[in-house]
Amino acid sequence: MGERDEEDRPFETTQGRDGGAGGGALTDLTRLHVHEMARLLRTGEVSSRALAEAHLAAAGRQNHALNAWLVIDRKSALAQADAADRRLAESRRPGGSGVAALHPLCGVPVGLKDLVSVKGGQATAGSKILKGYVAPFDSTVTARLRQAGAVILGKTNMDEFAMGSSTEHSAYGPTANPWDLTRVPGGSSGGSAAAVAAFHVPVSIGTDTGGSIRQPASLCGIVGLKPTYGRVSRYGIVAFASSLDQIGPLARDARDAAILLHAVSGRDDRDATSAPVPVPDELLDLPASDDEAASYLKGRRLALPREYFVDGMEPGVAARVREAVAAMEAAGAIIEEVSLPHTDYGLATYYIIAPAEASSNLARYDGVVYGFADRSSGDYIADYLCTRGTGFGPEVKRRIMLGTYALSAGYYDAYYLKAQKVRTLIKADFDAVWAAGFDAICAPTSPTVAFPMGARVEDPVAMYLSDACTLPVNMAGLPGISIPAGLSDGLPVGLQLVGAPWRELGMLRLARAYEAITARATWRDLEPAELHLTDDPTTPSPLERQARRTQGAPATGSGDQP
Amino acid sequence: MAAEAGTGALERYEAVIGIEIHCQLRTASKMFCGCSTEIDGAAPNSHCCPVCLGLPGVLPTINKSAVECVIATGFAIEAAIAPTTRWDRKNYFYPDLPKGYQISQYQLPLASNGRLTFETSEGPFTVRINRAHLEEDTGRLIHAELDASPGGRPARRVSLIDFNRSGMPLMEIVTEPDIRTAEQARRYAEELRLLMRTIGASDAEMENGQMRVEANVSIRPRGREEFGTRIEVKNMNSMRSVERAIDFEIQRQAVAIDAGRTIRMETRGWDEARQETYLMRPKEAENEYRYFPEPDLPPLVAPPEWLAEIKARLPELPAARRNRYGTDLGLSAYDAAVIVNDAAATALFEGALAADTGAPAKLIANWVTGEYMRLVKGKAGAGKVNAGELAALAKLVADGAISGTNAKEVFAEHLDTGEPVARIIEKHGYRQISDAGALGAAVEQVLAANPAAVADYRAGRDAAVGFLVGQVMKATRGQANATMVQAALRERLDRAE
Repeated sequence: MGERDEEDRPFETTQGRDGGAGGGALTDLTRLHVHEMARLLRTGEVSSRALAEAHLAAAGRQNHALNAWLVIDRKSALAQADAADRRLAESRRPGGSGVAALHPLCGVPVGLKDLVSVKGGQATAGSKILKGYVAPFDSTVTARLRQAGAVILGKTNMDEFAMGSSTEHSAYGPTANPWDLTRVPGGSSGGSAAAVAAFHVPVSIGTDTGGSIRQPASLCGIVGLKPTYGRVSRYGIVAFASSLDQIGPLARDARDAAILLHAVSGRDDRDATSAPVPVPDELLDLPASDDEAASYLKGRRLALPREYFVDGMEPGVAARVREAVAAMEAAGAIIEEVSLPHTDYGLATYYIIAPAEASSNLARYDGVVYGFADRSSGDYIADYLCTRGTGFGPEVKRRIMLGTYALSAGYYDAYYLKAQKVRTLIKADFDAVWAAGFDAICAPTSPTVAFPMGARVEDPVAMYLSDACTLPVNMAGLPGISIPAGLSDGLPVGLQLVGAPWRELGMLRLARAYEAITARATWRDLEPAELHLTDDPTTPSPLERQARRTQGAPATGSGDQP
Repeated sequence: MAAEAGTGALERYEAVIGIEIHCQLRTASKMFCGCSTEIDGAAPNSHCCPVCLGLPGVLPTINKSAVECVIATGFAIEAAIAPTTRWDRKNYFYPDLPKGYQISQYQLPLASNGRLTFETSEGPFTVRINRAHLEEDTGRLIHAELDASPGGRPARRVSLIDFNRSGMPLMEIVTEPDIRTAEQARRYAEELRLLMRTIGASDAEMENGQMRVEANVSIRPRGREEFGTRIEVKNMNSMRSVERAIDFEIQRQAVAIDAGRTIRMETRGWDEARQETYLMRPKEAENEYRYFPEPDLPPLVAPPEWLAEIKARLPELPAARRNRYGTDLGLSAYDAAVIVNDAAATALFEGALAADTGAPAKLIANWVTGEYMRLVKGKAGAGKVNAGELAALAKLVADGAISGTNAKEVFAEHLDTGEPVARIIEKHGYRQISDAGALGAAVEQVLAANPAAVADYRAGRDAAVGFLVGQVMKATRGQANATMVQAALRERLDRAE
């Protein structure tokens, strides 16, 4: 469980991040990693309640300026923390089960994207149409987190129904990037990414349909992993595109991401598309020592797909990615250029398949049984049209229309069927790389660093291009991870590693190795540049910034609080 | 509708009929969730869960036994079973469809290219079956009138939704347009219902919607190849109404065409009270359902071993059973059909044969189709009849140990009380006297007491024997073997001459 390594060392937090605990005095619990929290919780040096209090305080104080959270449930979080403390105490008692039997997440605060069902709580999916809906059941991910003993602090902001790359398409206002509050955190899991980057939680759950975990992780300077399709149960996760959606962790390092992935993965009888593939316990055992971690790179064959270094990529991003690749090469990895010839078709096929599935998945929001309903007309067809017309935001409506068109009789073969065929070609491109014996593909996560709020929201295609490097991975159902690879103009750049199916452990070991070889890089010591501003109550909220940007016009109706 | 105008429609026009039947499958749980299927009479919305309510984030899981029901049906209708099939979404909006789509099978049905043969008044008829596939049922809309409240809210009409039926497993069976008469349509539906019950796939009660029959009816001038415009007829809730609704529709279309009107595609409902069809909605074009493969369910692969296992579990099918009753047991086609059409009668008959008392099968069949069916007709249960007891009784009759009249009384009492027939016979002293010595004494007594009848006989009036037989039966309280009595009387009278 990684404990052996840590017990050899006196307690310390990661390099330079102040707030750690010199001499046993813990000054800022929010800077701890999950693997550090787990050790302290087990020894009893820190309580889950103290962790929850510290994180709740930070989230409560800074959410005004970030809008990363749609709901913070203090009461429930403290109750869960107290329950975790009882479990920890119970297992520490002589004759108890022993702390080693507990999951390292026991007592650790987590955040959930607001499309994860939690019994008795909201699940808006960032949409007005699900306002007022209370989930009567736990998602499988929620149930597994509870089983592990994780402490759910609340629900994070997101693009409506996960459709977007900036979190600006939330019905509840945009989320700010803690590196630059005028910029987007990426999306759609922007709230989950910002909350982790801002130390409100050490880890959070996001979903990734075309890049929605990796791209915001990249833009917020954290780790984000999209598992192999079928690795994590989708039961209870509000669906966007069923054949592409995957649930995964956002974290501040590879070890924490691995721990969260371990807790939520595995076959679930309630999701017929979840795979009966064993979840390796080694996920809990990524090397603590940098030397051991770095040694994993020796002899690894890494593929560099030429199609991913495209026009439109910012030079700073390309430079950081090439530097990262060079560093891994220097550490013993073998780098070869490869071709993924159908990459260019990824975006076009994705924007047939994902909207097609979404148009059907979102048909259930009809105002009949739950959620927002406009019953003013008295005629059910008219009520249905009003409910959906008012309840959905413009991006969601755009995709419903795209998808409805693509599935219509006479167009189905030309669009949906053809897109599925191209999808198999995209997958075949990747298969050829694995057949050639490569361990992973290295690519940028996002062609650009975090962009200013408002820059792409009126230009759907520009927004869609944010995911050009990530969505082929969803099309092929592969695991992909974004890890911080330095800064460009003061903003984080993400390196994407893509692996063969079910090779999450290998991806995370590579990610851990890259962390190890860059452990002494100066950028690793930096916290988000504008995080300190979020402590100031006079800092404008993202909604206020949005209103100011649109020349003093009052915040639009899209800023409802859930 | 002027019935006269349509008279003889079938001489000038030929009807082309295709039937779609939906059967609720007999499974313990719903199609895609764990909810119980015991929804008959249950309080509204008492049998639903997040999955069959279509709440955000839920996913379907396949009910294996529903799949087995369809595969078994496929074998029973001699269809091809798809080794790999998949699920499709049929997208449309209606308040009783909580997901906004129905999970169904569009491109790859579980069973295809089957057929069913059945008897009609014009002889055996075979209908080709295009497909049998699996899907989920919808909820149910209930239109109600809410009373005015004491607080002053006016009375109003509301639509309520009961989701108990949502997600119930449904099998849809679609024929080719092979049917030409309303009788054939009805017989097809009856035979399919029998098949469903025989293999245990569905209880197929039309009255409570477990079996829903829809007919596509068109007519064309006799001799013409191309089809006329078809009308879909729904809401037929009995076999009789299937036949009547189709007959009505054929006549209606003939009258319309004769009057120079154009038939338009539409859906019509059967009005049982008025005995006519009415317009439900026009069908301007084929509906746009935006079918696409259900991404929440992987393709369904049916391994050969599984298929073989399902096939091996199939019981004897109605056609094979009727054939066996006729060929092996010598039953008339009519008796065979009557027994096979009735599950309880079949069980009774098979049970009585299995008792192996030596009673002839045809005699047992007569008892089943005769006394048994007469006595249980219109009653809820099958009485307390025991197949072994019926066999024993039939054997006694065959052996002449009990008279036919007494045997009927014994059977009626047995059906009523369940008491063993031997004890009933004992109780009533119905055991027939077939002992020549005992009969001889009774014959002598009757001859002595009725000299006039004896004289009549000797004068050539043969009918006097009947009277004398009656007297012997009376003297023995019906226990005498009538055949033996008559023989004994004749022998005695002729001898004394």
